[in-house]
Amino acid sequence: MNLTLFKGGEPLVKRTIFFFLLSICFSPVIYKLLPDPIHTSSMALKLYGIPMSTCTARVLACTYEKNIEVQLVPVTLAAGEHKQPSFLAKNPFGVIPVLEDGDLTLFESRAITAYLSKKYKEQGEDLLRLKGGNLKEEAMVGLWLEVESQQYSPAITPILYEHFFAPRRGKIPNQKVIEDGLVKFEKVLDVYESRLSQSKYLAGDFYSLADLHHLSFTLYLMRSPWASLISSRPHVNAWWECISSRPASQKVIQGMTPAEK
Amino acid sequence: MVVKVIGPPNASSCRKVLVCLMEKEVEFEIIPIDLFKGEQKSPEFLKLQPFGVVPVIQDGDYTLYESRAIMRYYSEKYKSQGTDLLGKTLEEKGLVEQWLETEGQNYHPPIFNLHLQFHHRLGLPIDDKIVKESEEKLEKVLDIYEERLSKSKYLAGEFFSLADLSHIPLTHYLVTDIGKAYMIRNRKHVSVWWDDITSRASWKKVLQL
Repeated sequence: MNLTLFKGGEPLVKRTIFFFLLSICFSPVIYKLLPDPIHTSSMALKLYGIPMSTCTARVLACTYEKNIEVQLVPVTLAAGEHKQPSFLAKNPFGVIPVLEDGDLTLFESRAITAYLSKKYKEQGEDLLRLKGGNLKEEAMVGLWLEVESQQYSPAITPILYEHFFAPRRGKIPNQKVIEDGLVKFEKVLDVYESRLSQSKYLAGDFYSLADLHHLSFTLYLMRSPWASLISSRPHVNAWWECISSRPASQKVIQGMTPAEK
Repeated sequence: MVVKVIGPPNASSCRKVLVCLMEKEVEFEIIPIDLFKGEQKSPEFLKLQPFGVVPVIQDGDYTLYESRAIMRYYSEKYKSQGTDLLGKTLEEKGLVEQWLETEGQNYHPPIFNLHLQFHHRLGLPIDDKIVKESEEKLEKVLDIYEERLSKSKYLAGEFFSLADLSHIPLTHYLVTDIGKAYMIRNRKHVSVWWDDITSRASWKKVLQL
């Protein structure tokens, strides 16, 4: 109830209005007289996914940074919901997340964040540097978005998969994959260390979608035996501390932390 | 000022950029790099592209790398000339991004692995396990494309975009050097799409460079 409507009114009038409205809320008779609420779910953004999923978390981070309201629709992965025809109709690749915005259905987390960053460019953090009209800044964000997509994530994913996910599927982590992966990943991190010694964030001296895309996978790395790969590189470490301590990032991290029993 | 594209003109990632620049009617000059001599790992090159891969563009003082980032930049910079490769509405742009990401995340990895296996100059023994796994992954992706292209002429809709363009160079290897044209030809709508996008003048010119 928006009490700012009552500012400046007489106290007695205020109390009367307040109790009248309260009575409406609690009166079953009045409820029957009220029209049905307008079905707004088709107007709201729907995100199919779960907070624990790295790719869903990537999209959620974007929505938190830009104050975008989404309705999170959980998908029961354990029951194979993502491989059912009704879900495959939304994403034929059978993976989360999927965004529904009215008639538009989008999959691929990086396409979703790009879309939201453009659609809501006027609110929250300017993650793609669109407001200033500086195409070169936008291109630098584009470059580091690609580096995350083509260099960082392909290098980090096999390590995280073997360590965290293979055991859940009853497999023993493949040490060779991990060792080879670490060699490749360290080379990528050396490039990042050099880059971040020249600029505070990846695309420049501003936080952008390029930094944000690294959050969820790097969080897993920090929970693995190889967190020192980050903490031993002073500029990468400082960058990680900085991007992970943002309120939006903290919210995502909370969502990726299993509840304690 | 002419855009310098640094890399071998027949490398698939360079070809993507060259097709894009042609579609956008942007003049360019190729500065070739010999990957087999390891020129991409020289200190001078690493200053431009610290990951030691091609292509890199230099546009006056401005340097940019990652083929998809380069394509997006020029498609945006020159949006009022040449072919519109990004889509007009926000929704169209969203779909272009979706299918460009699909190319980058789902299509590129298996087809790139196949390309490495069959590369005539690398001369490495073929690893049948990698070939089998890559083929299986690629076939699954192509099944999804077949379904998609039965409903729309191009990946993002009824217009040619960066999403389609990004597939051309490595798929060209698939149907030629790698000898797996059947993967395209066995799928009616993918086949029609393939013939359409490779009939574009920009691709024909790039093949001759």
